[in-house]
Amino acid sequence: MVLIFADQTDGQIKKQAFEAISYGAKVAAQLGTSAEILVLGTVAADQLAALGKYGAQKVNHADNTSFNVFDAQVFTAAIADAATASGAQVIVFSHTTSGKAIAPRLSARLKAGLVAGAIALPDTSNGFVVKKSVFSGKAFAHVSVTSPVKIISLNPNAFGVQTTDNVAEVITSTITPMAGKTKVTAINKISGIVPLSEAELVVSGGRGLKGPENWHLVEDFAKEIGAATACSRAVADAHWRPHHEHVGQTGGAVAPNLYFAIGISGAIQHLAGVNRSKTIVVINKDPEAPFFKAADYGIVGDAFEIMPKIIDAVRKMKTAE
Amino acid sequence: MKILVCISKTPDTTAKIAFTDNNTKFADAGVQFIINPYDEWYALVKALELKEAGKATSITLVNVGGADNDPIIRKALAIGGDDAIRVNADSGDSFYIASQIAAVAKDGGYDLVFTGKETIDYNGSSIGGMVAELMDAAFVSLATSLESAGAVLTVTREMEGGEEVAELSLPAVISCQKGMAEQRIPNMKGIMSARTKTLTVKEPLAVDALTSIVSFELPPAKAGVKLVSADNPEELVRLLHEEAKVF
Repeated sequence: MVLIFADQTDGQIKKQAFEAISYGAKVAAQLGTSAEILVLGTVAADQLAALGKYGAQKVNHADNTSFNVFDAQVFTAAIADAATASGAQVIVFSHTTSGKAIAPRLSARLKAGLVAGAIALPDTSNGFVVKKSVFSGKAFAHVSVTSPVKIISLNPNAFGVQTTDNVAEVITSTITPMAGKTKVTAINKISGIVPLSEAELVVSGGRGLKGPENWHLVEDFAKEIGAATACSRAVADAHWRPHHEHVGQTGGAVAPNLYFAIGISGAIQHLAGVNRSKTIVVINKDPEAPFFKAADYGIVGDAFEIMPKIIDAVRKMKTAE
Repeated sequence: MKILVCISKTPDTTAKIAFTDNNTKFADAGVQFIINPYDEWYALVKALELKEAGKATSITLVNVGGADNDPIIRKALAIGGDDAIRVNADSGDSFYIASQIAAVAKDGGYDLVFTGKETIDYNGSSIGGMVAELMDAAFVSLATSLESAGAVLTVTREMEGGEEVAELSLPAVISCQKGMAEQRIPNMKGIMSARTKTLTVKEPLAVDALTSIVSFELPPAKAGVKLVSADNPEELVRLLHEEAKVF
């Protein structure tokens, strides 16, 4: 059996979980076994039933309010119990902040080899080998998992969400949480924005925009196409933009379908955070900017002249449709 | 409070990534190695700040690797730390490495273990969580700040779309990222004193690895950028819509 951990926050199953379930269901089919989902904490019945369409046969729901607050140790113990009781051969996580906290703990607890940051289905033709991203997206490694139980933590946006007409059975799980050793005292969410790690489209600005007063060029375009906004390190360090928007080696890593960079030269540290993006567009007045080498599309020119035209063109395109 | 800081050796951020031996080994010839930036800038410096504030009694650095890691360990000792332990083993398996670190942490009675949020080579983000589980300790990953009051730590961690603040008691394992501390440049006094600090070499525990790397692969070369004229930005919108189909 393949067990997929579907992460929730505030009663909402996270988007990356749909992808993890789609992936886990495919792994199960490949191994000729079934796929089951585990949800910890309060989630509405219709949301649980809706998980069936991503391909798993069962949804195990441990409806205990103690699971509404995250504690890596408590979650690990609960998932380990569920995995052991059901004889799970493979356990799938999304490589998100909670997946990064739980999956390694679970690996040590179950002595189950972990592939962290997987990007493809396992190759089971000779053992169990999973491709993962290494060297900050500059290479891949094929990792063989030799333990009886295997854990895969899937990079967001690496596999894609796949829906079927499958219906899953929702079962109440009796797993009880252990007493936690950490006490959450505050959760500060930035409201009204798409978290960068979940965004499919990202528009990002760099020093080439000259100052925070020019950010309407980034924000207007992002709004037109429904993208999240990001920035380079220099911009975050200068406090032109909030720290959580910084992508790159020291900031966040993103892997959207579109990364649209305006006035960013593309230093190797910045590329390390964005090189898993599917399509990269670079607008820069310097034809020698290293970012053009990593880009799919580009315009050499002045962003202050180009961006208003692009925003206008998108508006016209939307009106025409 | 005794702190153990995990130090990993990684290729420099700007190093050329290539492989040898039929794509099974990282081509390290001519590559400059550094302390993993997250270990150096955030984990180690945060530990130093705690000691300077009188909240930690000692700081020990731990590394799992061969004797060729010693220069990196000495470099870390030049930034700070009282002594270092190197577990003399070479492995690419996170569980094997975490088991060695957890054994050092338990043997030495360390209260707090710091790691970087990930290494810039394997990007596993795994060691901290594994060490925590093996120590039966609390674990906060991707921490951006930490305050210590007696035996209680207040730690802020990143989560999707925000941050979370939690209190926990020792022993604890914390994986550190940007925000925790600011990079420090070692001074001459630090470099001189690092030469005489104790670096203990320990032989590893017998542990079965759970994974192994079969081979590496470089991504296919980009087809090259398709440049659109600055006089016709509308064409870029058309390409993104009709060819790349991103919106």
